Amino acid sequence: MTLLHIERLTHFFGGLRAVYDFNLELQSGELVAIIGPNGAGKTTIFNLITGVYRPTEGRIVFKGKDLIGLSPHQIVQSGIARTFQTIRLFKELSVLDNVRIAHYARAGYSPWDALFRLFRFTAEEDRIRQEALELLNIFKMVHLADTIAKNLPYGQQRRLEIARALATHPDLLLLDEPAAGMNPAEVEQLMETILWIRREFHLTILLIEHQMRVVMGIAERIKVLDFGQTIAEGTPLEIQNHPRVIEAYLGEEAIL
Amino acid sequence: MQFYIQQILNALQVGSVYALIALGYTMVYGILTMINFAHGDIFMVSTYLAFFTSTLLLSIAAGLPPLFTFVFTLLTAMFGTALLAVLIERLAYKPLRTAPRISAVITALGVGLFLENFMVAFKPVGPAPRFLPPLIPQINYDLGGVTVSTIQIVIILVSGLVMFLLDTIVRRTMVGMAMRAISWDKFTVPLMGVPVDRIISLTFALGASIAAVGGTLYGMAYTIDPYMGIRIGWWAFISAVVGGIGNIRGAMLGGFILGFVEIFTPVFLPSTYRDFIAFSLLLLLLIFRPTGILGRPAPQKV
Repeated sequence: MTLLHIERLTHFFGGLRAVYDFNLELQSGELVAIIGPNGAGKTTIFNLITGVYRPTEGRIVFKGKDLIGLSPHQIVQSGIARTFQTIRLFKELSVLDNVRIAHYARAGYSPWDALFRLFRFTAEEDRIRQEALELLNIFKMVHLADTIAKNLPYGQQRRLEIARALATHPDLLLLDEPAAGMNPAEVEQLMETILWIRREFHLTILLIEHQMRVVMGIAERIKVLDFGQTIAEGTPLEIQNHPRVIEAYLGEEAIL
Repeated sequence: MQFYIQQILNALQVGSVYALIALGYTMVYGILTMINFAHGDIFMVSTYLAFFTSTLLLSIAAGLPPLFTFVFTLLTAMFGTALLAVLIERLAYKPLRTAPRISAVITALGVGLFLENFMVAFKPVGPAPRFLPPLIPQINYDLGGVTVSTIQIVIILVSGLVMFLLDTIVRRTMVGMAMRAISWDKFTVPLMGVPVDRIISLTFALGASIAAVGGTLYGMAYTIDPYMGIRIGWWAFISAVVGGIGNIRGAMLGGFILGFVEIFTPVFLPSTYRDFIAFSLLLLLLIFRPTGILGRPAPQKV
């Protein structure tokens, strides 16, 4: 089943063409990576999908519903969650609260309930708290629940960002350079985590990543972007031998 | 001794009202880093809502239980004021959200002037001071030389209850958490599925309805007029800054400090020194502790 369908997506920042004629067909359960040099337009694509920017042109259809024009919170509520290239946790909130807030969209009470229907409200708050704790437990972070997010070590902050994204109950998870700044051991663990959450939460994953080890290790399909344009597409093996990719990554040949 | 206990009680009464209004300033600042200078005038409108509701209610049905009249007046004023504040936010502030902050502040001053002058020009209100009809029977209790009135008790208790409720909402609920999160990172919050516009409206509604509680209580004790929001608004604003703007408990603390300044200045100095003392306090604080008593310095973005 097609989960996400992107057609002729184009976006300009003033005169700068950030994304040009980007097409993507994402099947349920797939794990697809987008790679490309810095400034290739990868994060812009995520910002377009999640409604941060409105595209200059093109169509984004998710679960048969057109996403263009919806606001970011509506898009999240329809089942797309993301993490960020630079960590964007709520630094001053506790680990638990970071996860709790991502339940907001599905909280079954209104502010009126909070004031006048104390029972329903406490029941909901309790349920959310329980769910958040369970999620932290899965991520082996439950003992850190009361820690203020900014005090976590870097690798844990990245994990928390993923946990927080999962708390919105997504079908599609967008990971923006999850391995950035991680040491090799952390990267190894991250790859396992990504594969594991995909299975456990029945996710479809779209991944932006610079570290070829991650991309080649877990992605089933890869799209290569350069200057906003798709220059290659295929399985990890095909991409590694693609002449245009090698050209775009000239100087990083050794990594490939 | 009795004299001082009496004055402390009076200070608590005045301080409660300042604290309730200061909360509105601090909440809006906390979420939008904008000073809503119309807030004092929104408070003024709330006293008139209370005035008209109670006058109307008592003229069509005399002999209602005082508790009903009081609660009905209070809720109507809260609801009406909340609606007004949400309307102001949507029409005047929201279009300026991405504009330089100074535009929103000047707009807020303009909205304040509009409300004042609208009320003066609006025939049923007019410039003359007015009294609210007595909502609760006024009884003075004499406790060993200290006079305590029913109104005083109601003001202090109701304010305390409202402050407790608000503090609970902000600290314990998802809505409160969303408010705190928006104040730190407006970009990420919607991407967690939180409807930011709705939370902002809710913040204005909450701030305004709390000011309306203050307005109704104030109207029960003092006369009201269309320009009352200016002075009281300034005092409440100073309260919010003194306590640490953006900080809920700070606003409450600041309100009571200003209440004490107001009541105790005339004990030691001519009463006309009140504003002088209040603004001096503000200046000193801005020099030595610009983040207020409970405020924390804003993290520098590097």
